[in-house]
Amino acid sequence: MQITRTTEIMVGLFVAAGIVAIFFMAMQVSNLGGLNDKEGYKVTARFENSGGLKVKSPVTVAGVRVGRVASIHFDNETYESVVEITIASEFNTLPTDSSAGIYTAGLLGEQYIGLEPGGDEEFLKGGDEIQLTQSALVLEEIIGQFLFSKAEGE
Amino acid sequence: MVEKVQQLGQFTLEIFEKLGRSTFFLWHTLTGMMEVLARPRLIIAQLHSVGVRTVLIIIVSGLFIGMVLGLQGYTTLSDFGAEQSLGVMVAASLVRELGPVVTGLLFAGRAGSALTAEIGLMKATEQLSGMEMMAVDPVRRIITPRFLAGFISMPLLAALFSMVGVLGGHLVGVGLLGVDDGAYWSQMQAKIDFNEDILNGIIKSVVFGFIATWIALFEGYDAIPTSEGVSRATTNTVVISSLAILGVDFILTALMFGDI
Repeated sequence: MQITRTTEIMVGLFVAAGIVAIFFMAMQVSNLGGLNDKEGYKVTARFENSGGLKVKSPVTVAGVRVGRVASIHFDNETYESVVEITIASEFNTLPTDSSAGIYTAGLLGEQYIGLEPGGDEEFLKGGDEIQLTQSALVLEEIIGQFLFSKAEGE
Repeated sequence: MVEKVQQLGQFTLEIFEKLGRSTFFLWHTLTGMMEVLARPRLIIAQLHSVGVRTVLIIIVSGLFIGMVLGLQGYTTLSDFGAEQSLGVMVAASLVRELGPVVTGLLFAGRAGSALTAEIGLMKATEQLSGMEMMAVDPVRRIITPRFLAGFISMPLLAALFSMVGVLGGHLVGVGLLGVDDGAYWSQMQAKIDFNEDILNGIIKSVVFGFIATWIALFEGYDAIPTSEGVSRATTNTVVISSLAILGVDFILTALMFGDI
C-alpha cells in the first residue's frame, strides 16, 4: 500500500485523538485531576462506632473535601474503631482540638467524616490523634431510643 | 461406535494442533518485532487500515451506547431519587466494561474480519509463497506490522469509545433530562479511580486487542487457500474472537474487581 501524506495525517490525527481520550478520562472522568491523596499527613481518630464508613470515604471540613479515610481498624482493648485519615498537605492549619464526626450524605448516601475546626493555636500534624469524636448515627439505635423514650413517657 | 470415538479424538487433536500452530505463529510474529519497529512506515500504513477506518463505527456506537445508558440509568436512578449519580453509573459501566468489550467486539467485526480476508486472499493468490520465493519472510513483512497496528489501535479506540460514551450520557442526562451539570461530573470524579478503573480498563483493551488481532491474523494465515476457505476463516475470526473476548473479560473482571 502506498503511504500518502493524507494517510500519515489521518494516522497522526487518530493517535492524537486516542491520547486526548485517555487524557480526558484521566482528568475529567477520574479523580486524578482532583486532590492527590498520596501526599498528605495521617491522623487517627477513635470512634465508638464507625457505622458504614469505608476506606476511601471522603473527609471534609465545612463541606469541602480535604482528604480520605486511609484505613479502619478495630482496637482489641478499648473495643473502639480506629480510623486513620489522610489529609492533603495543603490543609495544614487544622487546630489540634478539632472534632471529627461521622455523617451521612443525604438520606441514603454514603458516610463521610466531617471535621469541625477548634480554637487551639497549634495545628494537627502527622501521627496526631483527634480527641473529640462523634460516632456514626445508626438508624436502628435512634429508632430504638425514640420508641423507648415514648414508652417511658406514657 | 468406534467411529464416533475416533472422530471425537480426531476433533480434539485438531483443536490442539491448531492451538500449537497458532502459538508458533505468534512466536514467529513477535520475534519479528524489532525489524518492523525499525521500519515504522509499515506500521503507519496498517494503523490507517486497522485503526483510522474503525474510528467512525467506534464513535457512533459509543455515542449511542452512552446515550442509552444515560436514558436507562436516569429512569432507574430517579426511582431512588439518585439522579445525581447518573455520571458515576455511565462512566463506571463504560470505563470498566462496555468500553473495552464493545470496542473489542466491533474491532473483531470491522478490522479483524478485514485482516483475515486480506491475508487469506494473499495466501489464495499465492502472494505469500511469492514472497518466500524472493527470500522475504511473509510473516515478518505482512503479519507483524498488522499485529502491532492492532495492538496499538485497540486501547486508543477503547479510550475514544469511553470518552464519546461519557459525553453521550452527558448529552442525554444533562441536556435532555435535566440532571445537574456539576453533579454529573463531580460525582463521577469522586467515585472513579484512575488506577482502579481507568488503568484496568486500558489493560483490558490492550489484552482484547492482542487476542482479536492474533486470532484474525492466524485465521487468515492458516486459511485453506480457496474462496470457501477464506470465507470460513473470516467467519471463524469473528466468532472465535468475540467468544474469546467475552470469556477473557470475565476472567479479567474477576481478577481486577472481584476480590477473589
